[in-house]
Amino acid sequence: MEFQAKQLFAKHGVAVTEGIVADTPEEAKAAAEQLGVVVVKAQVKAGGRGKAGGVKLAKTPDEAFEHASNILGMEIKGLTVNKVLIAPAASIEEEYYFSFLLDRSNRQYLCIASVEGGVEIEEVAKTNPDAVKQIAIDPGAGVDAAKARAIATEAAFPEPVFEQAVEMILALWKVFVEEDATLVEVNPLARLAGDKLEALDGKVSLDENASEVRHPDHEQFEDKAAADPLEAKAKALGLNYVKLDGAVGIIGNGAGLVMSTLDVVAYAGEHHGGVKPANFLDIGGGANATVMANGLDVILHDAQVKSVFVNVFGGITACDEVANGIVGALDILGDEATKPLVVRLDGNNVEEGRRILNERNHPLVTLVDTMDGAADKAAELANA
Amino acid sequence: MSIYLNKDSKIIVQGITGGMGAKHTALMLDSGASIVGGVNARKAGTTVTHKDHDGNDVELPVFGTVAEAMAATGANVSVLFVPPAFTKDAAIEAIDAELPLIVVITEGVPVQDTAEVWSYLQGKSTRMIGPNCPGIITPGESLAGITPHTIAGKGPVGLVSKSGTLTYQMMYELRDFGFSTAIGIGGDPIVGTTHIDALQAFEEDPETTLIVMIGEIGGDAEERAAAYIKDNITKPVVGYVAGFTAPEGKTMGHAGAIVSGSSGTAAAKKEALEAVGVKVGKTPSETAALAREILQSL
Repeated sequence: MEFQAKQLFAKHGVAVTEGIVADTPEEAKAAAEQLGVVVVKAQVKAGGRGKAGGVKLAKTPDEAFEHASNILGMEIKGLTVNKVLIAPAASIEEEYYFSFLLDRSNRQYLCIASVEGGVEIEEVAKTNPDAVKQIAIDPGAGVDAAKARAIATEAAFPEPVFEQAVEMILALWKVFVEEDATLVEVNPLARLAGDKLEALDGKVSLDENASEVRHPDHEQFEDKAAADPLEAKAKALGLNYVKLDGAVGIIGNGAGLVMSTLDVVAYAGEHHGGVKPANFLDIGGGANATVMANGLDVILHDAQVKSVFVNVFGGITACDEVANGIVGALDILGDEATKPLVVRLDGNNVEEGRRILNERNHPLVTLVDTMDGAADKAAELANA
Repeated sequence: MSIYLNKDSKIIVQGITGGMGAKHTALMLDSGASIVGGVNARKAGTTVTHKDHDGNDVELPVFGTVAEAMAATGANVSVLFVPPAFTKDAAIEAIDAELPLIVVITEGVPVQDTAEVWSYLQGKSTRMIGPNCPGIITPGESLAGITPHTIAGKGPVGLVSKSGTLTYQMMYELRDFGFSTAIGIGGDPIVGTTHIDALQAFEEDPETTLIVMIGEIGGDAEERAAAYIKDNITKPVVGYVAGFTAPEGKTMGHAGAIVSGSSGTAAAKKEALEAVGVKVGKTPSETAALAREILQSL
């Protein structure tokens, strides 16, 4: 969110006015009393906040109160606004655009800069592509003072703010590398009255792998309030789960196979009343009874789920362990498990895995030989 | 023949003493691959013992550095099972030692680390596969990674995939034909070996008569591969793209698997591939059926 991006900007010396975060209209009013004329800005992880009515100018504290009352609780792109940022209104002379990002196609970093217009950068890119400069950055070399100067020159920052631009580029680069970001964007980067350069709005995307490995402090940026309760629960259990909007719960091993399973279930659903997959859940390698039980626990608590499809190709994971996991999970869950499970096992130790499930002969479990057949059965059961 | 890996490949394991490293060293040996040692600076001078394919004990030396391991064993491949925080340094060490092929299995490597390794690799002699990949198998000859060697044997199909389990699934579907080499390139936003690299190698490999290419949502690797196929590949290519039903803005397991805006969708990738004559299946089984049809007509 903007206020968090601005915290990171301030931490690394980017010229920014952080403003005051308010959770209530009263707090917004108090902030405005302190700051004078302010802008009340919805804080959600989505673009287009202004167009959605989530950004309003308030000339008085009472207006700030009123705008905050309207904006708090508003939905923008499916996200509920729980916080507003009260930022001092700025007198903008010119608006620019600046970002650093991961350029995965070319396996390097990219700097995008434009001194033509700020917020409408997409429009500028279409109508006047020459005004949007794209500068490749070698991840091995990075951005030093000379490179920052070269970027500022190529972007053609005007003379009165040129030196400030060089400094800002260096500071934004620090945000990019020291926080392990995949995107650091300033839009607009504003030239204020008195030729002062300032980041008026910002966006930072962080690399989750890096946060896990070396930035424990990044946990604070997770939007726990906005997360789906089932996703939050799965995350707490260490599961790789994404909630979707369907009736067939999915458990599989390996991201690619699970994605593929969602597709196969959706196609099968076309023959069974249009039922769709309810979630993405990758239990990864070495699934034991606990992981399987945790996965089933999350999925069976999804009220939309009518049937569950367990699709495992035993590569390193042995199918007998998976089968024991399923049986163990059903034992752990006991009466809580009420929805039919369709299981497809193949690969490593499949005979033993099937034997375990057949022997247990649990009334909720149906074993099907192929992925397509199992998807069809699961869709049929969800449509029953 | 095969690509990148064959019966003469001599493999060392960086992280051979860790849990994953030990487990998969044993499995690679069981496949018949020639594993000649490992690296762990803190355990240099010790050995680890595993069973080979015939059930005999093999005592593998643990070296302090990749360079020492290469000098002592003639190794030309390294498989990395080091934790994500240390993967960058381990890869750079192998690149500095001029090891021809490094296979990075490790999941969860910070993407800026991979970007730096990729930059460091430019102009050097090392090929990197991964990170976050199942590695590479040339059935009946060698295995550098975690792909089960029992799924399928040797044959005419060259397989390149982002995903591990989809590699296994496709190998299983086409096990009656077999594979020249199956390579999992990894699901991260930046990987060392791309679909295009593998397509080129399979095109040049006389043993490969058909190429199966498995992609997934996110990025534009499949679109780029399509453009490459149009101008450079004469062998038949069959494709599959996972994630048709994935919603926008949600990361599906792989860090690279996210649909943002209109780019990176499975439909767009399928369209790009079909436009250059690649037959694309809607499901793994349909893809296998398309491949089977072509293989039977060759």
